[in-house]
Amino acid sequence: MAANDAFVRFEKVQKSYDGETLVVKDLNLDIAKGEFVTMLGPSGSGKTTCLMMLAGFEPATNGDIYLDGQSINHVPPHKRGIGMVFQNYALFPHMSVAENLAFPLQVRNMSKAETQEKVQRALDMVELGIFGDRRPAQLSGGQQQRVAVARALVFEPDLVLMDEPLGALDKQLREQMQYEIKHIHERLGVTVVYVTHDQTEALTMSDRVAVFEDGVIQQLSSAQELYENPKNAFVAQFIGENNKLLGVVEKIKGDDCTVKLDDGTIIQAARINVNSVGERTSLSLRPERIEIDPPKSMQNQLTGDIEELIYLGDHIRVRMNVAGNSEFIVKVRNRADKRELNEGQKVNIGWNSSDCKALDVL
Amino acid sequence: MRILIDCRGKNMTSTTLDQGNTNADGVLLTSDGIPLKQKLVQTTKKARSRAFLLTLPLVLFLIISFVVPIGQMLFRSVHNPAGTNVLPNFAVAIKNWDGIGFPSEETFELFVKDMQIARKNREIGKTVGNLATRMNYAIPGSRSLFTSTSRKLSTITEGPYKEALFKIDKKWDNQIIWRNLKRVSSDYTIAFYLAALDHKYDDNGNIVAAEELYQIYVSNFFKTLRLSAIITFLCLIIAFPVSYLLSVLPLRTSNLLMILVLLPFWTSLLVRTTAWIAILQTQGVINDILVFIGLISDDGRIQMIYNQTGTIIAMVHILLPFMILPLFSVMKTIPVSYMRAARSMGATPFTAYRRVYFPLTLPGIAAGTLLVFILAIGYYITPALVGGEDGLLISNLIAYHIQKSLNWSLGAALGTILLVVVLVLYWLYNKLVGIDKLSFG
Repeated sequence: MAANDAFVRFEKVQKSYDGETLVVKDLNLDIAKGEFVTMLGPSGSGKTTCLMMLAGFEPATNGDIYLDGQSINHVPPHKRGIGMVFQNYALFPHMSVAENLAFPLQVRNMSKAETQEKVQRALDMVELGIFGDRRPAQLSGGQQQRVAVARALVFEPDLVLMDEPLGALDKQLREQMQYEIKHIHERLGVTVVYVTHDQTEALTMSDRVAVFEDGVIQQLSSAQELYENPKNAFVAQFIGENNKLLGVVEKIKGDDCTVKLDDGTIIQAARINVNSVGERTSLSLRPERIEIDPPKSMQNQLTGDIEELIYLGDHIRVRMNVAGNSEFIVKVRNRADKRELNEGQKVNIGWNSSDCKALDVL
Repeated sequence: MRILIDCRGKNMTSTTLDQGNTNADGVLLTSDGIPLKQKLVQTTKKARSRAFLLTLPLVLFLIISFVVPIGQMLFRSVHNPAGTNVLPNFAVAIKNWDGIGFPSEETFELFVKDMQIARKNREIGKTVGNLATRMNYAIPGSRSLFTSTSRKLSTITEGPYKEALFKIDKKWDNQIIWRNLKRVSSDYTIAFYLAALDHKYDDNGNIVAAEELYQIYVSNFFKTLRLSAIITFLCLIIAFPVSYLLSVLPLRTSNLLMILVLLPFWTSLLVRTTAWIAILQTQGVINDILVFIGLISDDGRIQMIYNQTGTIIAMVHILLPFMILPLFSVMKTIPVSYMRAARSMGATPFTAYRRVYFPLTLPGIAAGTLLVFILAIGYYITPALVGGEDGLLISNLIAYHIQKSLNWSLGAALGTILLVVVLVLYWLYNKLVGIDKLSFG
């Protein structure tokens, strides 16, 4: 992406609070106009700090942040024109819902009639049209959340930041709100930068996801890419469920490689993040890509001892001991013709070499 | 035993009949057939009586040390039985006098005989001295008339008593004395409230303003209110930024600062007040420094203590923690995200502060000002030590009447008025701010 295409641009941004450790290390990130980008990562990975720097509440220690081609390093927060949804909504408790929404319009000296109209439109957008006179405390968590979203959008900013906005909601409401936010984004075409530690949330809503760890973006790509083709062991571990097998690279041939596991088993794998023979590697393997009683065409054929069966309705989680790893999980779809499995049983398993990624070792 | 079994049986049938566990009146029953409410009271009775027992010592303490004394004070401010105690028979008789001319001869006889009995009486509250003191409040200077007459009264053995009395002292030949005696002969009087409000009965029994020289109480009430308001305002001005700082600093630093705020709390009030004397007096630290750096001449030393200034400075210092603590506890609960949200929506720092932060601190401001104002309005020690003549507050006048002049009824009347003023302010406050919005942290 060319520099002038990017709507939001982080350029070599670094952040330190104490002058000794970097919370954000050399961040480079371009976000296009209208894009929904999620910063995903465990707590302490630097994602919220990035958002605060973009909003202007924390200065970048080094580097530049551009908004619409302009450096905003020295622009105070109230002049950036960025809407923001906070973790606990930060709705002003002493104002009614309508007053909360009118606030950004009033500080922009908008006329009373126009303010009223926009507030009503924003409330209707989040289906809270009749709640304008209530105090935030009189609303449920989900309703408060919607008010917070409406308030961040009511003054029609081009960029909206969301800092774990769904963290305080229960699971069902969270899922519902994910779709609502996604639809509002699609309807308004506003650029959204979203911070969360919940990977489902990130995968559901985003155009692109930036996986943060240790102040560095580990991978920036679409949800599908992240899951299907993790670039390193951290991303593979963090996104979705993952079986890990440790071994040493024996042979590299193009995009394929042969790995000798620590117990001596030889595995054919896709070469992703290994460079030389003799290097230690961790193989990443999604549980749903493993077959019990595999067809002969699968390159990797092993046996496993079933240690535990967990019935989950749509599928059965089978924990087995494979090649010395007793945390090896296989997901078996719950089909009518499924084979009966018992704990302690020895079964044949297999997988395609393309589903088994040879990555770095964490 | 038999009866018990019978009852059970009956209850059993009734529950089996009423499927929904309600009896004929629609009262909800438990599965054992006891009304649900009754059962609930039974099961929670123990916990409730235990809770009550836990508060019992405090309740008793409050009744003995708070409710009873205040009740006594209210009572004493209108109740002064000196007249009826000393002159019981006369008091009854004089009620029939219409206040014109002199009372009847029989009334004079009763007066003389009651006085003769009172002369021999040593019972507390029933001596001639008690009556003389009470009359002296009504007619300043009349005390000696009673005490001296009482010594000579034994000479009178038979009528006509009126002439005999006038012979002992010519002053008795004065209707004003008898009118006041009639008023004093009632157990209950509002005379002390009149005095506390700079009014009195004139010689004809009308309520009039007291002589200008004696009008000290109303102006002192207003002075007390004004000084308390100034002190409260100064406390607020000083405490607000400090509390804000305390609320935003990291915990370790803010704890340290908090100790500094509380340190004066743990020092004796007397020590702190005397420290102010050392600092503020004309030969004190501040004046010495000002003279030393040449800002004022040695003759021009500033009088900063033993006046209202001294009272204000010392009391602001002493009452400051009462403002800081509620403010701090409220500010502590205001998340930083509110200000950030306001800023992100385009508000300048000042607007964000004015429209979001400040309104949220109002409960703390309300609590702090109420606390400081009510403490200030009744403050005694500090104004007594550093107030001089000018800086005395109403509580000092109350103390004077309780300890020095021993006119307890007047002291009680002043105290009651102060109590009423505070209650009225509290009521006003509730109307304006709402007591439920207060937060003392």
